[in-house]
Amino acid sequence: MHRETHRYFKFDWITIIIFLLLVVFGWLNILSASHTGETIDYFNAAEPYGKQLIFIFLTLGLIVIILSIEAKFYERFSSIIYLISMLSLVGLFIFGKNVNGATSWYAFGGMTIQPSEFAKIATVLAVAKYVSDLNTDIHKIKDQIQCFILIAIPAILVLLQNDTGSTIVYAAFFFVLYREGLPKIYLMIGIAMTLLAVFSLKFGAIFTSIAAGILIVTNYFFTKKKPSFIKPILILVGCVMLSSGVKFFYQNILQPHQQDRISLWLRLEKDPLKLENMKKTFAYNLNESEKAISSGGLTGKGFLEGTRTTGKFVPEQHTDYIFSTVGEEWGFVGSAMVVILFVLLLIRILHLAELQKSQFSRMYGYGVASIIFMHFMINIGMVMGLIPTIGIPLPLFSYGGSGLWSFTILLFIFIKLDSNRINEW
Amino acid sequence: MRKFLLFLSVILVGFLFLVRLFYLQIYSANKHDLFEDNAIRKVYDYPKRGFVYDRNGALLVANQPSYDVMFIPREVKPLDTLEFCSLLKITKDQFKQIYNKAYHYSPWLPSVFIPHLSKEDYAVLQEKMRKFEGFYIQKRSLRLYQTTIGANVLGDIGEVNNAIIQSDPYYKMGDLIGKQGVEASYEEDLRGVKGIKFIQKDRFNRDIGPYKDGIYDTLPEPGKDITITIDAKLQEYGELLMKNKRGGIIAIEPSSGEILAMVSAPSFNPNLLVGRDRSKNYSKMHYDTISKPLYDRSLLAQYPPGSPFKVLNALIGLQEKVVTIHDRFGCRMGYYLGSRRLTGCHSHSSPLSMIDGIAQSCNSYFANVYRRIIDKYDDPAQGMNVWSDHVKSFGLGNYLGYDLKIGSKGRIPDGDFYNKWYGENRWVSTYNISNAIGQGEVEATPIQLANMIAAIGNRGFYFTPHIIKNIESETIDTNYTTPKHTTIDKEHFEPVVQGMFDVYNKGTAAALRVSGIDICGKTGTAENFIKINGVKTQLTDHSIFVAFAPKDNPKIAIAVFVENGYWGSRFAGKIASLMIEKYIKDHITRTDLEDWILTHSLEDEYHKPYSGETFKINGETTLQVIPLDKSLKSKISNLSN
Repeated sequence: MHRETHRYFKFDWITIIIFLLLVVFGWLNILSASHTGETIDYFNAAEPYGKQLIFIFLTLGLIVIILSIEAKFYERFSSIIYLISMLSLVGLFIFGKNVNGATSWYAFGGMTIQPSEFAKIATVLAVAKYVSDLNTDIHKIKDQIQCFILIAIPAILVLLQNDTGSTIVYAAFFFVLYREGLPKIYLMIGIAMTLLAVFSLKFGAIFTSIAAGILIVTNYFFTKKKPSFIKPILILVGCVMLSSGVKFFYQNILQPHQQDRISLWLRLEKDPLKLENMKKTFAYNLNESEKAISSGGLTGKGFLEGTRTTGKFVPEQHTDYIFSTVGEEWGFVGSAMVVILFVLLLIRILHLAELQKSQFSRMYGYGVASIIFMHFMINIGMVMGLIPTIGIPLPLFSYGGSGLWSFTILLFIFIKLDSNRINEW
Repeated sequence: MRKFLLFLSVILVGFLFLVRLFYLQIYSANKHDLFEDNAIRKVYDYPKRGFVYDRNGALLVANQPSYDVMFIPREVKPLDTLEFCSLLKITKDQFKQIYNKAYHYSPWLPSVFIPHLSKEDYAVLQEKMRKFEGFYIQKRSLRLYQTTIGANVLGDIGEVNNAIIQSDPYYKMGDLIGKQGVEASYEEDLRGVKGIKFIQKDRFNRDIGPYKDGIYDTLPEPGKDITITIDAKLQEYGELLMKNKRGGIIAIEPSSGEILAMVSAPSFNPNLLVGRDRSKNYSKMHYDTISKPLYDRSLLAQYPPGSPFKVLNALIGLQEKVVTIHDRFGCRMGYYLGSRRLTGCHSHSSPLSMIDGIAQSCNSYFANVYRRIIDKYDDPAQGMNVWSDHVKSFGLGNYLGYDLKIGSKGRIPDGDFYNKWYGENRWVSTYNISNAIGQGEVEATPIQLANMIAAIGNRGFYFTPHIIKNIESETIDTNYTTPKHTTIDKEHFEPVVQGMFDVYNKGTAAALRVSGIDICGKTGTAENFIKINGVKTQLTDHSIFVAFAPKDNPKIAIAVFVENGYWGSRFAGKIASLMIEKYIKDHITRTDLEDWILTHSLEDEYHKPYSGETFKINGETTLQVIPLDKSLKSKISNLSN
């Protein structure tokens, strides 16, 4: 009996409590954003909120199963899980169902399943497994490339299925690999490329190249031990090429709707007529969601009292734009609480990850945190107009069974691994 | 360090989000949101629009109730369209058209479905209104004109358009706004401020009570009554005299700049622009491009001022010391340069000094004066500029700044004008000698000319003409109570005024004298042209007359333009004399003049250019005589009591 109790307390209850708070609060907002009519029929599977409630109850069972499985199972079978997951992504090209332009769903009767949600878990497992292998040295170029291939396969597959949002999430693995010793140069290049791309679009390639040149030259002169001047020149050439290439990429590779989103975000469009048109079409969501959030004020309009939510002003409000419901009905207090809960959850996971004795568990923990972090950053950033529109759900909040389950599995595998850390060795 | 990258990123992003939330929800929280909030029903309470009184306290414009059927497209539920349409007397196609247009404007903002229901339709509809969800009746107030005159002065109110709604958030779809006349000029005083009630609706669109216990609700502020400077009787008299003529009359009180009468002919009954027939009547008049009843000739029409302009040249000549009142100039039936006659003249004794020159309206006299002014300087452009500045100091050549929204600049040329036209130093005063007699390049509107005469009557200053006399609990703009001084010294006015007095005593208007009133006037006859099928064709001269009375401390200054009325005293002079007598004495002794005006029409004259036939002008025409309209005559006799 004593042993049993002990076993349960090994699970990190702080994480579990934050998880439950987010799921319950998320469901309340889905209810608010999706209900119509006078009565609320909690288990009505025809309504999103009813469906989600069923998903949530099923999730509880799922948690029990995940926590019951031997911790070693996940590490040992990670390759097979990865393989199955990749096959399920490939299978979409043949059996997939097209929803809103993305071929990301399998349909079974009335149910749809989105394998890309689960592919993230498989990839985290596979990468953790590969890097933690004694034969792998992340400082070696060859191992780095193999690792990148593991990540690139699902990323490219979902990109081909027109699910750009999910592709971007795979950038999360950078955090995992960096923690494990990926050379700093990747971080530098990553930051430099992002800045160059944004600046080139906003201020033009010539200005950006000159600015980069001045920075590089000044840096060279202020370095005490003068290195060979070939390296800065190469960097400069790279910068110039990148900034000139960005425009080409923007105009010729990106699809028109993606161009528009970036153009709105960077305020590139100056023509008031076109801007007005944007506001009426694709920027409508963003505009309405910002208005809804803004109208919440300090304390919000109250549960089920959000006038914009009730009026269905924000399209897709129960899925990607769920945070605008929080903003309107719960105000600054409620929205800040959600942000803080996510931050606490992420910090807790990171803290636990650092406590892990095995590299696999630590990497897995980092993977969980990075993926949730990417979703959190992109989704809430988008809903509040801080980054361009990218359609990915808010973990544990947004409506959708696949999303809820995949994040639950992702998180609870880590909780299981964590509970086992005392038993290792 | 590697441990902290993600940790710090999380903290940073979390912090950024909190800052953004603070910005969106607390810093820039939008208070006007109530208006855009579809869950708050806005009920407007329209205040009474201010009444308009004339200077003697006669009520001119009041209000009448009107009922608009309003609707919110999103809230419209399926209904018995057949019954609804027959109640409103529209077809189903019209129903769809109105619905779609409003839906396109905004699905959740109220739009007007049918404006201005008649009382009978309203009574029937009101009973059945509850059957039509999404529709409701908005009570508004329409204008009720207590008079049939002064359409151009009083103006009208009409529904706001999208441009107005966007530029001024006060106005909502279906609101009424002053469109013309004093309704437009004093819109903000007349309209008051509408009250608003915010009513909270629940999710099912039911009213559940005042929003936040009504803390944002406001009470309507009634519009302010205004008194305008118009003398309704004088205005009506002017309009009756101008029947069957085209042109404009402006009468001003020189000691204050108040506009006593502002007649534009042809005019229309202001009641035509009220209610459901408004747009029909409006477009009918709008498309009458020949008589243009909507075109306010008293403010907008630019005519060559003709001979009245001569008195200005006399004043400028005296001010510039290029002529004394005793200088005489000969006239050989015109002004000659060498053997070339530059302007003609009529027969009168010769040579003439200034006072007689004005009384006899001698063209040659003023051609000489004008040349001396322009040729005073070596450079004619400089002389022209000096001349132009003097003329403009009388309010000519630019917008006068009165309180009505429409106007014309008129035209007073300066040195640059002719430099551009002929080239620098390539012209001399004889090139534009016609300016001496108010022809050529100078043009003025009736109100500018009336103002000029007021300034002469005042011996050197004027008050900007205005239509507002009093606004309830407000003082009028000091711009209208500050005198504007001309560039002519006071002592130069007396001989000119004497000349104008002699116009009545022994000059061109001797036949128009009114016993007991010392009138100073000046006749004018202005050549004018139009293009018929691209050919410049001369029409019968405009008949022009300006006057003020009495000679000292004048009470009224007047300018009368009668299009194609031929010489000045023929139409305009008679009308001016009658108007002056009417205003000063309130009854007419010169009924002979009155009967003449009422029995002579210019309609035939106006018809000529559009007849397609060749026609004769001026001296070769015969006057069209019409029988005396008894109803006009009785209306006129009703005016004096």
